[in-house]
Amino acid sequence: MTGAATGDRLYQLAVTGFALVIPGLLALIAIAIGVAAWPAFSTAGLSFITSSEWNVQAGKFGAAPAIYGTLVSSFIALALATPLAVGVAIFLSEIAPKWLRQPVAFLVDLLAAIPSVVYGLWGIFFLVPMLRDHVVPFLRDTLHLGGTPLFSGPAYGPSMLAAGVILAIMALPYISAVTREVLLAVPRSQRDAALALGATKWEMIRDAVVPYARSGIIGGVILGLGRALGETMAVTMVIGNRPEISASLLAPGYTMASLIANEFTEATSDLHLSALMAVGAVLFVVTLIVNGIARWLVWRVASGPRA
Amino acid sequence: MRETRPIKAANCCDNLVTLGVSGPFVAPYLTASSLQHSLLITTITHRRPRMSRRHIAALAYAALILAAAACTSSEEDDTAATSASRSGSVDLTGAGATFPYPLYSKWFSDYATATGVRINYQSIGSGGGIRQLSEGTVDFGATDGPMTDEELGKAKGGAILHFPTVLGAVAVAYNLPGFQGELRLSGPVVADIFLGNIKKWNDPRIAALNPGVSLPSSDILVVHRSDGSGTTYVFSDYLSAVSPAWARGPGRGKDVAWPTGLGGKGNEGVAGQIKQIPGAIGYVELAYANQNNLPVAAIQNAAGAFIKPSIAAVTAAAAGVAAQLPPDTDYRISIVNSPGAEAYPISSFTWLLLYRQQTDSVKARKLKDFLRWALREGEKQAAALDYAPLPAAMADRLVQRLDSIRIAPAGG
Repeated sequence: MTGAATGDRLYQLAVTGFALVIPGLLALIAIAIGVAAWPAFSTAGLSFITSSEWNVQAGKFGAAPAIYGTLVSSFIALALATPLAVGVAIFLSEIAPKWLRQPVAFLVDLLAAIPSVVYGLWGIFFLVPMLRDHVVPFLRDTLHLGGTPLFSGPAYGPSMLAAGVILAIMALPYISAVTREVLLAVPRSQRDAALALGATKWEMIRDAVVPYARSGIIGGVILGLGRALGETMAVTMVIGNRPEISASLLAPGYTMASLIANEFTEATSDLHLSALMAVGAVLFVVTLIVNGIARWLVWRVASGPRA
Repeated sequence: MRETRPIKAANCCDNLVTLGVSGPFVAPYLTASSLQHSLLITTITHRRPRMSRRHIAALAYAALILAAAACTSSEEDDTAATSASRSGSVDLTGAGATFPYPLYSKWFSDYATATGVRINYQSIGSGGGIRQLSEGTVDFGATDGPMTDEELGKAKGGAILHFPTVLGAVAVAYNLPGFQGELRLSGPVVADIFLGNIKKWNDPRIAALNPGVSLPSSDILVVHRSDGSGTTYVFSDYLSAVSPAWARGPGRGKDVAWPTGLGGKGNEGVAGQIKQIPGAIGYVELAYANQNNLPVAAIQNAAGAFIKPSIAAVTAAAAGVAAQLPPDTDYRISIVNSPGAEAYPISSFTWLLLYRQQTDSVKARKLKDFLRWALREGEKQAAALDYAPLPAAMADRLVQRLDSIRIAPAGG
C-alpha cells in the first residue's frame, strides 16, 4: 500500500519535472538569445526589421529581406502543400483500396525522413533547372502570367519559387500524416449518418468527414508551417541568398535561417555576431506569433458549429 | 529497481501517448526538428490501439538511443580529455581555415609519423579560428584573411603572429555554352561585372579584351559566396585594389554587400551554380574550378599580361611581393595585383596564427618545431595537393622569425 503510494508520488514528481524542463529550456533560450542580440537591436533600432541594407563592412544590419523571405517562402510552401497533402490524406483514409493504403502512406511518410541537404542537392541539380527550363516558360507563355509582377524579371533558377516548392515537398508529409490520422479518427457513425441521408461518397467526405476533422487538419498545416519556417539547408541551396525584397517569385531571396547559417562561421566582429543573434531572436518571435495565430485558429474552428 | 524501470517507462509513455492523441490539437505545439517530428508523427497520431504498443516501443527505443548517445558522447569527451592530458596523445590543438585543410591534415599526419607529436586541427573556418585563438581555447589558429587590428586588439593572450604557410589562387570561373577558347578579363572589367555595371557578355569592354572572338549577347549572371569566407576576402581585396569604385562601394571583407547576383554556399555551392546556369560568372578557389572542370578566365596582371591561375603563377605573385618586404614586416600582407610579368593577380597567402608570448613551454617548443618542419619539409608536399609553396627565400626568413616567439617562465 505504502509502496504503491510512494511509486505514485515519485511518478508524479518525475513527470512534473519533465514537463517543467521544457518551459524552462524555452525561457533559457529566449534569455540567451535576447541578451546576445541586444547590442544589435540597440544599435540598429527599429531599422533592424524595416531596413533592407545588410552590409557587414559598414556595420549596417537590416533584416527585412530575410524576414520577408522566410514568410513568403513558407507561405508558398503551404499554398502548394496543403491541397496536395489533404488530397493525399483523403485518398488514403477514404478512397484507397486497403492493399494500397499502407505502401502509399509509408512512402509519403518517408519524405519526412530524407535529410534536408539531400533535398537541397536534388533542388540544385533537378528542381531548379526544371523550374527554369519548363515551369517558368509554361507559366509565362502558356498561362500568360509573365505580365504580372509575380512572374516578371529574369529567371536564373535559384529563386523564392524554388525555395517555396522544395519547402512544400518537405512540409507535405507532416500535413498529410496528421490529416490522415485525424480523418481516420472521425467516428464511423458520422459517415454512416451521411450515407443514410443519401449522400454520395464525395458529399459524405466533404460535408461529414472533413468538417469534423478540420481543427486537426489546421493543426497539421501548422506543423508543416513550423517545418517550413525553420528549414535552413535546403532553402540556402536553392533560394539564391540575395538580401533584397522583390515582388517577383522568380527573383532570388533570402531567409532568416539561411542568413544565420551562411554568416555565423565567419562572423568575428561583435556587432555582426550580435546582429545574427538578433535575426535568430526575430525568427523565434515570428515562429511564436505564427504558432499563436494557429492556435487561435484551431480554437476558433474547434468551437464553431460542427457539421 | 533496475528491472522494473522499463515497465514504468512504458506505462508513462502509454499515458503520454493517450494524452497526446486525445485531441488533434497537439500538432501546433510540435515545431521542433525534423527527426523528432517524424518520430512524433508516427507515434502520437496513431489511434488504433493495436498499433499503439509498437509505437510505444519505438518511442521508448528512441529515447534509449538518445540517452545512450548522450552518455557515450560525454564519456568519450571525458576519456579523450583525460587521456590527452595524461599520456599526451594530442599535443597541440588548432582551428581555423578550411581552404588549407587538406594540406594541413597531410602535414599533421606526416609530422605525427615522423616525430610522434600529434596535432588536432578543426577546419571550422577562418573566423572561427580567430575567435578560438582569441579566447585561448586552441594553441594556434589558421586564417585565409589576415586579422584586422580590431580583431588583434581583442585577443586575450596578447600579440598574435602571422606565419604564411602556403598560397592559394581565386579563379574567375564562367559558364558560356558554345564559347571556345580563352576568356580574357582585366581587373576593372571584373570589378564592373561584379558591380553590375557590365550586364551582357558581348559588352564592348569585354569584346575589346577578346579581339577576334565572338561573344554571346546573353545576360551575365554573377554568382558569389553567400557565407563568410576567406575566398571572398581575397577576391574583394583584389577588386578593391584594381577598382576605386569597388573600394568605395562594397570594399574588402569576408562578407561584403554584393550589388548584384546570386549567393552560393561554399566553394562547392558557387561552383555548382556556375555549372548549372548558362551565362554565369563567379569566383572559386582554383582547386574547385579544376575539380569541376570549370573554364577559368585569364586575368590581366599589373604588368599587362593575361595569366591563367596556376601554382607557378601564384608563387610568382608571392615572389614579386616578398622581394620588397621590409625587415620588420608582420606578414599581414596582400599579394593581390602583384608586380611581375608571370604573376597571377588574385593570389593570397594563408596563415597560421600563434601568440608571440607562449605560456606553456612544452607546447611552445612543439609549436616552433612543427612550424620549422612545415616551412622546410612541408612546403615540398604543397604542389602535389594543388597549393603553391612559399618562395624559398621567404620560407628561410620565416624560419628565422620563429625565434621571436617568447616563452614565459614556467608557472605563468
